[in-house]
Amino acid sequence: MMGKGKKAAATITTVVVSLVLLFIFMLLDLSWAGNSSLSLGEVWDALLGHGTWANNIIVNTQNLPRIVFGIGVGAGLAVTGGVMQAVFRNPLATPYILGLSSGASLGAALAIMFSIPFIPLSLAQPVLAFVLCFGTMVLVYTISRSGGSNIKTETLVLAGVAVSSLISAIVSFLTYIAPSEKMGSIVFWSMGSLGDAGWDEIGLALPLIFIGIVLMVTQARNLNAMMLGDAHAMDLGVDVRRTRLFLLVVSSLVVAACVCFAGTIGFVGLVIPHIVRLILGPDNRVILPVSIIGGAAFVIMCDYISHFAAQYYGVLPIGVMTALIGAPFFIYLLCRRKKEVGW
Amino acid sequence: MVSGIMETKDLSYSYKEKKVLDSISLNVGKGEILGILGPNGCGKSTLLKNLNRNLTPEHGCVLVEDDDISGMKKKDIAKKVAVVPQSNEIRFAFTVKEIVEMGRMPFQESLRGPTSEDERIVAEAMEQTGITAMADRHINTMSGGERQRVIIARAIAQTPDIMLMDEPTLHLDINMQFEVLDLVKELSAKRNLTVVIVSHDLPMVARYCDRMILIHDHNIFAMGKPEDILTEENMRTVFNIDARFEKDERGVNTVRLFGSCRKRT
Repeated sequence: MMGKGKKAAATITTVVVSLVLLFIFMLLDLSWAGNSSLSLGEVWDALLGHGTWANNIIVNTQNLPRIVFGIGVGAGLAVTGGVMQAVFRNPLATPYILGLSSGASLGAALAIMFSIPFIPLSLAQPVLAFVLCFGTMVLVYTISRSGGSNIKTETLVLAGVAVSSLISAIVSFLTYIAPSEKMGSIVFWSMGSLGDAGWDEIGLALPLIFIGIVLMVTQARNLNAMMLGDAHAMDLGVDVRRTRLFLLVVSSLVVAACVCFAGTIGFVGLVIPHIVRLILGPDNRVILPVSIIGGAAFVIMCDYISHFAAQYYGVLPIGVMTALIGAPFFIYLLCRRKKEVGW
Repeated sequence: MVSGIMETKDLSYSYKEKKVLDSISLNVGKGEILGILGPNGCGKSTLLKNLNRNLTPEHGCVLVEDDDISGMKKKDIAKKVAVVPQSNEIRFAFTVKEIVEMGRMPFQESLRGPTSEDERIVAEAMEQTGITAMADRHINTMSGGERQRVIIARAIAQTPDIMLMDEPTLHLDINMQFEVLDLVKELSAKRNLTVVIVSHDLPMVARYCDRMILIHDHNIFAMGKPEDILTEENMRTVFNIDARFEKDERGVNTVRLFGSCRKRT
């Protein structure tokens, strides 16, 4: 049981801790320079543009875009995950459960495999990823509508899982038959990478992610009502069908923007909202904004660790890191969760 | 009769091919408590869901204060019509206060917090239902009866003109049933609130409702005061039981069941 003051205090603590973590790992990540790291002074000089030539390149063209993009991707995936879990009243619901990310993966794999004449890969890959991500969403939605005009949450999730495994199988098939020089990039893309996006791509993706997040946060109160059940929400004046469709479209936009340029980064959308919910309770007006910071902090932390490990293994794909760190932490929380959370 | 606040005209509804409601026309007066009775699967709950457009009628219409609700925004319907649904199972750890505050949703813009007026109404609704002391408890740890009171408080916080209740006494012990229905009666009298109750509980409906409707074969079989329509003949036709309306020795409405009751055919 939590009183109002206690709840506010817990919220503030969580926000502050996440911000501090975000800040620390941001600095560490900015100062990463292969086998060594730069000092804070060197990072600062480079950011202002009067560091050494090498430092300027490391900080401004390698580390900075990666971090800026990482913050956007982390925030976007975490908020989308929180929204999906609420919309479907399903703890497993993530951008991935509806097949959104497998759709995007298929698009990217197709672009890599079959070079399209006159269109450069750097354009074909994000566009195809986006189109197929969106197409998958529409397909899943249409399948679950086939039973009648009222969509059941369970049907939607089942349709998502089914379509998603079908698409994953196709991606695996493509990977298997791919010539070896192309296989590497498909595999790497499917494990996620923040470092491939330049400022142009980030300039395209970030505004989309940002607008999407804002739109999703405005629906927090409606989401609360929908968590009680569709009938409850309708009784309270929420147009459930419209709200759900709106959120699905916005979610797939955000996911597509993240996945297009960063590949599939797992676990952020699943774990972050759950952790926030475990600590702060089910109110989406709290969960969604806090997930923005939490998701960003988590991704940047994983990004730093994957780079820190580079001196031993080479830079690891970030998707490997988010799962390596996220999964055990999540299992730990799951084992000691209080019953009150609701799932 | 008092002036009508809610009306249905030729309302029909089907699930796929199966006709559930066939041309229902009824009228509810302001401040009235109306009971809807009928055997399982006769379409009582479906009728209730049509009254606030949770389901859209296949044919016919629902009027609230002479406005057709098919043209109204969901939000505007929720300002006038509140619902206490049959299933109040909630798995998430919302606090009691958070749930009651949701009753103010139809009146709030999406990003603005509650006004002092909202807070006053919420506090009053919790006071009236006797749940003020539970404000910080989690809804998913409460008993069915407690939850029912929270949901009623939420409905009151909607400051509706009409309250629709689906089996409001279903999960409650007998004492709590009286408590809830007394509360409903009091609200109806104090706020001139119109209440439509769907129930299986014949004696309770006879006791608390001003008027009632018997549904049989997808249509209104009888409509009127309990003493007029709970006749032996109607009971036999609609429910296939032996029973009739009576006043007990203290002069209170009840329904008496005879012997083994069941007609065996």
